[in-house]
Amino acid sequence: MNEQKIRVLVAKPGLDGHDRGAKVVARALRDAGMEVIYTGLRQTPEMIAEAALQEDVDVVGLSILSGAHMALAPRILDLLKSNGQGDVKVFIGGIVPDEDVSRLKEFGIAGVYGPGASTEQIVLDIRAIIAKRA
Amino acid sequence: MTSLAHSVLTGNRLALARLLTQVENDTPAGREGLNVLFAHTGQAHLIGVTGAPGTGKSSLVNQLAISFRKLEKRVAIVAVDPSSPFTGGAVLGDRVRMRDLSGDAGVFIRSMASRGSLGGLAQATAAMVQVFDAAGFDVILIETVGAGQSEVDIARLAHTTLVVEAPGLGDDIQAIKAGILEIADILVINKADHAGVESTERALKSMLDLAHPVEKVFQHHGQSLAVVREERTHSASEPAANLWVTPIWRTVATDGSGLAELVGSVQAHAAFLRQSGEWSMRERARLAAEFDLFIQQTLVDRFRARVPEERIDQVLESIQKREFSPREAANVLLSREDI
Ligand SMILES: Nc1nc2c(ncn2[C@@H]2O[C@H](COP(=O)(O)OP(=O)(O)O)[C@@H](O)[C@H]2O)c(=O)[nH]1
Ligand SMILES: [Mg+2]
Repeated sequence: MNEQKIRVLVAKPGLDGHDRGAKVVARALRDAGMEVIYTGLRQTPEMIAEAALQEDVDVVGLSILSGAHMALAPRILDLLKSNGQGDVKVFIGGIVPDEDVSRLKEFGIAGVYGPGASTEQIVLDIRAIIAKRA
Repeated sequence: MTSLAHSVLTGNRLALARLLTQVENDTPAGREGLNVLFAHTGQAHLIGVTGAPGTGKSSLVNQLAISFRKLEKRVAIVAVDPSSPFTGGAVLGDRVRMRDLSGDAGVFIRSMASRGSLGGLAQATAAMVQVFDAAGFDVILIETVGAGQSEVDIARLAHTTLVVEAPGLGDDIQAIKAGILEIADILVINKADHAGVESTERALKSMLDLAHPVEKVFQHHGQSLAVVREERTHSASEPAANLWVTPIWRTVATDGSGLAELVGSVQAHAAFLRQSGEWSMRERARLAAEFDLFIQQTLVDRFRARVPEERIDQVLESIQKREFSPREAANVLLSREDI
């Protein structure tokens, strides 16, 4: 054994009802050798932070299509921080206007990916940021 | 700075999560933590839940946890899913069925990938379970898929093993024939709202009747540690004190039907184990196996560290030329004083 796997929580906060995109990303991360904890639809920020803690993940990937990213993302970052998990990297996939992207990064979001982003790029970015942290 | 293990003992959930990672990765910090925690283990009721994919194990674990919470037990869940043999990655999806449990500080759910190593999974699972046990969880539910050797090993770890079936999955009745029945303390026919429950139950019953005597023998150095049990009687209405007759329960995990009976049966099994002395016998067998394994691993490591590889190559050659038998050669190498 003695493997250090990258562990990623893939979560879908908010009320919009489909998770095809989240599942595609989850499978891509698995195929890149990561361990992905998939939590399903309609997760509250509290549920996401709790799962991130119990699973001791390195990365949280949020799929947000509802447009509620400006409300949800800072809330999730706060909860992670107050749980002692401020070092967890949070990525967002979804439809996010450019002006929001820079605000989200100021809050501490590590990366934002639109519908056109390649899963290869997401994998590379996660690997890079984890390598830098270690 | 206090160690992770000490923080775990004071109820720190972040420390618990982090120590679980160290233990799963078998790091020096993880090993040290297990040593510190060991004195606090041996309290929890370990319950294995296994069966084919899609039979409803995660949903059932969710319901079991809800029921045990009503009894004011603290519940930990270890949910194991397979790693991809090609990439080593995994998608662990069991939490999807356990959302009812979120927000309850008396529950802690940990997903785990099988990571493909045969003996390794059971060993890592056992170690994770020890951490939860020391952290004060009263009930630890261990979900595993299928009927492989790992499941059998994990069943050996659990006090009570539930094997989950669902109607209409004709093929996995075959899986049961292939050996999983022997590890079942309790059989569950989940999805009892589907057609075909009666025929599944009939099939299971007839296989249980074939499986007599229901004797679970734990071997240690060739010595049987198990009580010899009586043969399964067909009128199983009054079970003898030292005989557990594997019951079959029907459940609907999506709405909780049948759960009260199932939980009652799980508790009756724990009571049976304690009363018959099998609880401590199982524990003894498990600890003996764990102890043996560490002795073996340590001796093999020491041997490899002390005997140069060229020497081993030489010896292998003379074995192949039939100059020595493998046993003779091993005896010669092991007779070195520094091993
Ligand atoms: N109709 C019905 N569906 C169920 C029942 N239990 C689980 N399911 C469904 O079966 C599917 C697989 O359940 P899951 O718990 O993930 O099974 P696992 O793969 O064995 O862990 C899910 O869609 C569940 O909602 C049940 O008792 N009745
Ligand atoms: Mg499952």
